[in-house]
Amino acid sequence: MKFSIQINEGPYQHQASDSAYMFTKAALDKGHEIFRVFFYHDGVGNSTRLTTPPQDDRNIVNRWADLGKEHDLDLVVCVAAAQRRGIVDDGEAERNGKDATNIHPQFRISGLGQLIEAAVQSERLVVFGD
Amino acid sequence: MSEMIKNFLYLNRRAPYGTIYAWESLEVVLIGAAFDQKVSLAFVDDGVYQIVKGQDTSESGFKNFSPTYSALGDYDVNQLYVERESLEERGLTLDDLMPLTWEDEDEDWAEKDSIRVVSRAELAGMIKDQDVVFSF
Repeated sequence: MKFSIQINEGPYQHQASDSAYMFTKAALDKGHEIFRVFFYHDGVGNSTRLTTPPQDDRNIVNRWADLGKEHDLDLVVCVAAAQRRGIVDDGEAERNGKDATNIHPQFRISGLGQLIEAAVQSERLVVFGD
Repeated sequence: MSEMIKNFLYLNRRAPYGTIYAWESLEVVLIGAAFDQKVSLAFVDDGVYQIVKGQDTSESGFKNFSPTYSALGDYDVNQLYVERESLEERGLTLDDLMPLTWEDEDEDWAEKDSIRVVSRAELAGMIKDQDVVFSF
């Protein structure tokens, strides 16, 4: 089956990203297709490469990035939500005059149209959050 | 864009200003309106407060985004369902809500109400008929 995943909560504060990761991994292991993973609301915080959890804890950002690399996943961060919360890539830094970026290169910033398209194209959109 | 047309329901469950979910949900609705899908909005639980009239955020510093709901009709988003039980549980009636309308192109642009009050049971049936449910 073709799935898309939406993640609405930030890392560590909330289990949503962990659950979404495990669901995505399990779906891939069973041979399903993941059309897109879309990060919205505080979920955009799952994409900053500056995340530094204690060494004995999971690194939620790197875990998504590694899974993304292994399976060529489309990890998309909502641009409007990202701008509000200070998630920045090269393009956004240039457009908005910021002196730094923080997005992990395995993620990309794009618009909400990507979420709608994912819902249209996938057989199931599975949403993680409150 | 796709030739596929699906039934989209945006399920609005939260009060407008305590969290950002309501405002960012509305942003999805506005972007999604460009995709020519069949769109409905439902307001349940504290979500009914999102379309209460006379919202004033001037002393809280939050952006008052309630006027945006009045523009939904212009985006062909005109199926707005409000759960009766949620209104009653909060001491609200239809008169407490903004008069949201749309203009029907097929009837000489007659102005029609976008809001319909439905029972919890009716809404459950509607949710079952959807292809995509965005729950915010």
